Amino acid sequence: MKRFAGFVIKEFLHIFRDYRTMVILFGIPVAQILIFGFVITNEIRDVDLAVLDMSRDEETRGITERVEASGYFTIQKRLESPGEIEAVLRSGTARAVIVFGQRFAERLPGEDKAQIQIVADASDPNTATLVTNYLNAIFTSYEMELVKPSPVPHLIETQERMVYNPNMEGVYMFVPGTMAMILMLICAMMTSITIAREKETGTMETLLVSPLRPFQIIAGKITPYIVLSFINAITILLLSYFVFGLPVHGSLVLLLAQCLLYTVMALSLGILISTVSNNQVTAMMISMFTLMIPTILLSGFIYPVENMPPLLQWLSYIMPPRYFIEIIKNIMIKGTGILFVWQQTLVIAAMTVVFVGASVLNFKVRLE
Amino acid sequence: MEDVAVKAEGISKAYNGHRVLENISFQIEKGEVFGFIGPDGAGKTTLFRILSSLILPEKGEAFVYGLNVVDKYRDVRNITGYVAERFSLYRDLTVEENIRFFATVFGTTLSENYDLIKDVYRNLEPFKNRRAGRLSGGMKQKLALCRALIHRPQILLLDESTTGVDAVSRREFWEMLHKLKAGGMTIALTTSYMDEAAKCDRVALLYNGRIMKTGSPDGIADSFGLDLIQVRSQRLYAVKKELEKLPSAPSVSLFGDSVHVISGEKGLSLEDIEGFLKKRGFEDTQVERSRPGIEDCFLALSRGYKKKGTDGEGY
Amino acid sequence: MEKVIEAVDMTKKFGSFVANDSLTFNVGRGEIFGLLGANGAGKTTAIRIMCGLLRPTSGKITVAGMNVYRQAERIKRRIGYMSQSFSLYEDLTILENIRFYGGIYGLPERVIRRKSQELAEKLDFWRIRNSLIGSLPPGWKQKLSFSIAVMHRPDIVFLDEPTSGVDPDTRRQFWDLIYETAAEGITVFVTTHYMDEAEYCERVCIMADGRIEATGSPADLKELYGAGSIDDVFVKIARPPRG
Repeated sequence: MKRFAGFVIKEFLHIFRDYRTMVILFGIPVAQILIFGFVITNEIRDVDLAVLDMSRDEETRGITERVEASGYFTIQKRLESPGEIEAVLRSGTARAVIVFGQRFAERLPGEDKAQIQIVADASDPNTATLVTNYLNAIFTSYEMELVKPSPVPHLIETQERMVYNPNMEGVYMFVPGTMAMILMLICAMMTSITIAREKETGTMETLLVSPLRPFQIIAGKITPYIVLSFINAITILLLSYFVFGLPVHGSLVLLLAQCLLYTVMALSLGILISTVSNNQVTAMMISMFTLMIPTILLSGFIYPVENMPPLLQWLSYIMPPRYFIEIIKNIMIKGTGILFVWQQTLVIAAMTVVFVGASVLNFKVRLE
Repeated sequence: MEDVAVKAEGISKAYNGHRVLENISFQIEKGEVFGFIGPDGAGKTTLFRILSSLILPEKGEAFVYGLNVVDKYRDVRNITGYVAERFSLYRDLTVEENIRFFATVFGTTLSENYDLIKDVYRNLEPFKNRRAGRLSGGMKQKLALCRALIHRPQILLLDESTTGVDAVSRREFWEMLHKLKAGGMTIALTTSYMDEAAKCDRVALLYNGRIMKTGSPDGIADSFGLDLIQVRSQRLYAVKKELEKLPSAPSVSLFGDSVHVISGEKGLSLEDIEGFLKKRGFEDTQVERSRPGIEDCFLALSRGYKKKGTDGEGY
Repeated sequence: MEKVIEAVDMTKKFGSFVANDSLTFNVGRGEIFGLLGANGAGKTTAIRIMCGLLRPTSGKITVAGMNVYRQAERIKRRIGYMSQSFSLYEDLTILENIRFYGGIYGLPERVIRRKSQELAEKLDFWRIRNSLIGSLPPGWKQKLSFSIAVMHRPDIVFLDEPTSGVDPDTRRQFWDLIYETAAEGITVFVTTHYMDEAEYCERVCIMADGRIEATGSPADLKELYGAGSIDDVFVKIARPPRG
């Protein structure tokens, strides 16, 4: 135990001595979260819309006014026929078109369901997602007011049609996705580099000839970084809460525990990477290429998993961020408890065990 | 068997088809200073990594204090103090932090073994708050030695500890080693400085992965029976160039401020050489017989190996 | 004798640390000049200044007739440099290395080809000219690397511990090369930890703690300090390094 403590103290000394790395470790996540977040939130202001109102009744006028009054949108054009939709989108006059179905007010109270269609230009997918989500929110609130007396759900059925890029995910997708990616990358990189550095500077040779066992070295390496990563995770959570207004509807304790588990998993993965890399550059490269690209592309962070070819979908099952994104979305946005995420939690826990186990087995007690 | 500290039998090792060690066998007695003398690329580091259990031999067996370096590697590591060729302590930690860390790792403390390392540590103490990376070469070497002693090993394995270190620091280092030896420590080391051979009890001359000769420095020099003539002159290089033209084609080499001539089968007398040089206008020469040193032996042996083409390279 | 290096009060400070403290010395054309000193005595700093890699804090220094402050780039064309850590590209062949370094110094293709052949004869490597450098023994690499450093006929060649760890035989062959080069009028400026090699220099300069403690021929220094060898002179002069 004393050996382990001594090892952890030594690691902390390394960390505090190397303040430049610290700046990067804490600076990058903050910068990235802010960049990703602001790219999304800033653009939704006075977005140009067109309206094709085939009913022209009280309700459709009401909704249109509500949309205009929101401050997010300006109605640039009122269309006369569906044939014009393509033209306004193509010319860029409008980023999206709201289409009210026929006999809107008439159908609203009945079983029939009133129809609104949003046709969005998804060549800029972020904006398209935002536009549809904001419009949806406006429609929903309008609907809520309507149904107050008799709570019959879904009187208005909104249909989104994404031209050029269908099936976009929600606005809250980005923050959890960025969180999952940044934590994964930073954690894995930290541990993979720290062992690789010992190999590079030759200190690993000295550690090897000492009575330390592989597990002690690995645990000693992970422990200090758990603290750092956890601070990182909290920073990211605070940013997403205060700057981007991402809610925490579920249990905060559960959320933090999940972050902790996820960072330990990523740190162990870093250790596993370090057991196969001989220097810091290799460790960094492996972390970047095997983690970053797949995380972005396969975890459902940017492209929805359901739309991928089966092979890639299958691959996405081994992407840890995929599970973490589901977990935080559940806890933060939907406000669900452990009962809804225990499977994903178990997967991440199992991955952690596998990574640590493989690292211990793969750890070379000799130089070759 | 009781007195044997290290025993190696037929150790061979190759990397990528290149033979690094070829059938190496030797014995190191307890309490002696044993030096492996040879240039870079002779296989010294590979041999020491095998002895310290860091790499596996391909063929052959090695025992440190009776422990097989392959099966009992954990025990071997506990009783050896290995210092790698490269400075392998934490450069971003201070002298004291390094010592403290490695003491904890070995489950001991600085004060517990202070009597053993005090001679070395006393030199370092004024710099104990300096980061190891900012120490001079000589100080780094002392810190590395301190680290290797922290767990009171039975044997020190020092790989190229004096390489690139200046002459003054090297002298100090050797004084420390001799004190440790006096305390009963077995010391095995490698060096490419031939002059350090004289400071060892016994040496092995290593060249191209083979041991050319083992014995005490004096014993090796005597066993040669080399007939060595030493020539001094103000114009040393010119003298060397002339002597190479001697009809008996002896081996002629520069040795510091003199030229060493080792005559071939025919034999050369002092007068032969003096006369030869005088005829060519070298008046100020002093010619005398001298006792060959380890470097003379090494030169003769390695040239022999090259001629025979047994070095496998053929350059 | 024509001076190829002239240094008057050469000083280099790194913050409050004085690495070179008013060094004054000169080196003549074709001379073999040795710089000795403990680790950290300031040898590498001095060499870097003369190679135009470091700007001195003060002092008047000319190398090959050029000012180190203003003509650093031109100096680089007139010098050769080889260090213990400098190695040829291990993953290129002998000929490829020669061609590359010839190219750096702007030698025309036909000169490079002629030089390659000359070198091949001198070092006897024609048979293995297409072998990768990485497969050669260390001593051999040092000889080749030296020959390449003087391929463009510089005024001065700086050698920073060129023979460290090289076997005794190759070390002597290396010094043969040095003598031949000096005889052709190229000044050789060398640092070494081997005290017997100090004896091979025409003049040596011993540094300690950033200052020059003694300069002169090995014979003169031995007489001056009443020592039997340069090793003894060195130990008398060079204080143990302070940390």
